Amino acid sequence: MKQTKVIDTVGFRRTVDRLAHEVVEKNKGAEDIVVVGIRTRGDYLAHRIARKIEEIEGKAVKVGRLDITLYRDDLRGRLDQPQLKSTEILFDIAGRVLVLVDDVLFTGRTIRSALNALMDLGRPATIQLLVLVDRGHRELPIKADFVGKNVPTSQKQEIKVSMSEADGEDAVYLIEKDD
Amino acid sequence: MKLKNRHLLGLEGVSKEDIGLILDTGQSFKEVLERPIKKVPPLQGKTIVNLFFESSTRTRISFELAERRLSADVVSFATAGSSVSKGETLKDTARNIEAMKIDMVVIRHSSPGAAHFLSRVVEANVINAGDGAHEHPTQALLDMMTLKAKYGSLEGVRVCIVGDILHSRVARSNIYGLITMGAKVSVCGPATLIPRGIEKLGVQVSHSLEDVIPHVDVLNVLRIQVERQQSGFFPSLREYHRYFGVTKEKVSKAAKPITIMHPGPINRDVELSADLADSEHSVILEQVTNGVAVRMAVLYLLGAA
Amino acid sequence: MLNMILKSGRLIDPLSGKDETVDILIRNGRIEKMGKSVKHDSTFEAINLTGKIVTPGLIDMHVHLREPGFEHKETIETGCLAAAHGGFTAVCCMPNTNPTIDDESVARYVHEKGKQVCEGIVDVYPIASATKGRKGVELSPMAELAKAGAVGFSDDGSPIMSAEIMRRALEYSSMYGVPVIQHAEDVTMTQGGSMNEGLQATRLGMPGIPPVAEELMVARDIILLRYAPEAKYHVAHVSARGTLEWIRNAKREGLSITCEVTPHHFTLTDEAVSGFDTNTKMNPPLRTKNDIMAIKEAFKDGTIDVIATDHAPHTIDEKEVEFLQAPFGIVGLETAIGLSVTELIETKVLSWMQLVEKFCTNPRRILSLPQIKVEEGEPANLTFLDPTVEWKVDIHSFHSKSKNSPFDGRILRGRALGVVNKGRRLFFPS
Repeated sequence: MKQTKVIDTVGFRRTVDRLAHEVVEKNKGAEDIVVVGIRTRGDYLAHRIARKIEEIEGKAVKVGRLDITLYRDDLRGRLDQPQLKSTEILFDIAGRVLVLVDDVLFTGRTIRSALNALMDLGRPATIQLLVLVDRGHRELPIKADFVGKNVPTSQKQEIKVSMSEADGEDAVYLIEKDD
Repeated sequence: MKLKNRHLLGLEGVSKEDIGLILDTGQSFKEVLERPIKKVPPLQGKTIVNLFFESSTRTRISFELAERRLSADVVSFATAGSSVSKGETLKDTARNIEAMKIDMVVIRHSSPGAAHFLSRVVEANVINAGDGAHEHPTQALLDMMTLKAKYGSLEGVRVCIVGDILHSRVARSNIYGLITMGAKVSVCGPATLIPRGIEKLGVQVSHSLEDVIPHVDVLNVLRIQVERQQSGFFPSLREYHRYFGVTKEKVSKAAKPITIMHPGPINRDVELSADLADSEHSVILEQVTNGVAVRMAVLYLLGAA
Repeated sequence: MLNMILKSGRLIDPLSGKDETVDILIRNGRIEKMGKSVKHDSTFEAINLTGKIVTPGLIDMHVHLREPGFEHKETIETGCLAAAHGGFTAVCCMPNTNPTIDDESVARYVHEKGKQVCEGIVDVYPIASATKGRKGVELSPMAELAKAGAVGFSDDGSPIMSAEIMRRALEYSSMYGVPVIQHAEDVTMTQGGSMNEGLQATRLGMPGIPPVAEELMVARDIILLRYAPEAKYHVAHVSARGTLEWIRNAKREGLSITCEVTPHHFTLTDEAVSGFDTNTKMNPPLRTKNDIMAIKEAFKDGTIDVIATDHAPHTIDEKEVEFLQAPFGIVGLETAIGLSVTELIETKVLSWMQLVEKFCTNPRRILSLPQIKVEEGEPANLTFLDPTVEWKVDIHSFHSKSKNSPFDGRILRGRALGVVNKGRRLFFPS
């Protein structure tokens, strides 16, 4: 197994900062913005983005976490069910600009599940998608509004996002899977 | 994360890990129940039959809500008495249901082992919603979920089950589940209503509420059925209430406030005084809410895979 | 007619006390010659019984043949076929038929039908009800019934609850020397009961049948027997330790009391009910390890006279229902020898001689049936057993019409090889 670092710790911080700026820029401020991360690493990322926006705009930004397990389209046939965790969105999302955050955008199925889950929670004015890495290979018509880094990959490769909250460091690796 | 068994027939023999998984999953579903839209899709396209051979409006409604909130298609079938009395055997009923391509069956029946029997003759996942005096696992799970929310962990929590233990499936499932989770369990009731050998299941036996109250955190009060009086199990409801009815006065002797539970429906001022049932230490309505959440958890864990 | 030579079998005959290897020459269904190396011409079928056991024909004194009335469960023919394959040349059938065996004509019908089926290889002795319709209210016509072939009186399945009727039954039957056989159960204590009362029933939430319900009835009957000491009293299917204690003491006292135990009661405990298999539901119920220990002690000291199966056929449909709704009882004819050898001979609870007593001479004595003489000149009525063969119980190979056995798939040691009776022979591959 061979792994290549595609974003290092410094690059990670810069990417998050840039993404936060892009969000503020696109929405002309942080007025109606709420940030929701998909558990687990999307959730950590969402908190960082929100903190940065607060720093830029000097205003509090609400953050929530979303568990998409119940909305997955691959529950059946899986030998191992993912552990169901709680969705914690302790504010009303109706009419807000909801920035949905995940670490890696791949087939788009996770985002589809997240969109369905969000629709059951309320009716945001818009949903914008923010991802740290877009690795391609979409299976659904889904596109991110904010991308940290495009990393072209083959099906045999994997993207591993490490975050200090869980993994001890901030970095992104490209992993070559053995046959 | 998956349960070891594809049916939930009882809590006897179910591991600590599996009970823990159900309780944690139930806690997650509690959040779903707080949402404006209380429906999630994991059992979409699954068909569940609720077979109730014994009337129980509460348990049936709780299961139906849980099933519908998981987006399953639900058919309920309620008939008093056994199917045998209607001329069709349970086996035939089961085979017929099977032929209708059902994914899960929830069964309530007056005969102990009815759910086990069903699980042997059908392919569907079987959930026991009460089989005679044997087990009622989802009731015990919701009781445990309620206690876990209150005490953080079930380890060392002292629970006394009060009343007609002999005829109680709720008592048995609670005993099996609570002991597995590390709680200290005792039973209290008239000698006629304590089944033989129960101490070998790991519970302490008492015939005096006054003796028990200073040493417990929780009283789980069972419903007493008037019919038992005719069978010679106790002389009168008046005497029962006097000695085994849980009242404010009796629990006031405890050093710390005692949590009051009841599986419902309550005979007010018989096994439990009305003021206590409605008091701040009663978690009876939380039990009902948790009932839906924990049943969603069981259905999801057995059915979504 | 039957001509055969049985070579080198080990004859175990409690009546003569013989336990020796002999050749037995049978001509026209009679034992012509017994001894070492008996000569015979080639027209005689020779059967090598080296290492095998020959006994006088065994009897199962507690069988439900279900005919008349319940022929979908068993008939006299299928019951006799099962009996022969289990190693029995005689059975006593219980009167809970429809109509009940409570008058001469039904008793005679059953007795005669036994002679017609299976070429009469199994003798069928009816046990008539002690009271009319087994209702426990009026005595059945015992004199007529005895004359028509009834060898015992019993309301089996139902106990005789009234002390007064029991007393009269004992007194009246004593005139004919026919025993009253009691299904001992105080039914006021067993309503709704489905298994032994105790830890296992508590675990499973099952309504219990307390062992004292059996004990109480036997204790009462012993007191009555003291009052009517001319009578013969036999306790069917004893299951509880306490009951055996009463019987042991009553025997010491010199009362005319005997009892039987079934193979399932000395093999299984109430732990077998755990999976809610309705083939573990019987009455009396499976008890505990402690009771099995008591049964084995009672075998050793002679308190138990008889092993009988309580062969109770029920169809699969009748048994494949919820536990509380299921009928009581299991089939037993085709597993009795295997279970007895495995549980009693292999464990040295009984000697072979004692086992044959419990399956042959004791029940015949209790029922005043003629003893089988294994002697030259006597009709050949014999059972052949393989004492060591290991085999797996397969309910589908049962000859009984019903398959309700909890022993399916169990490995047993010892099995019947064949029987000879009434000039007929039946041998089966083991």
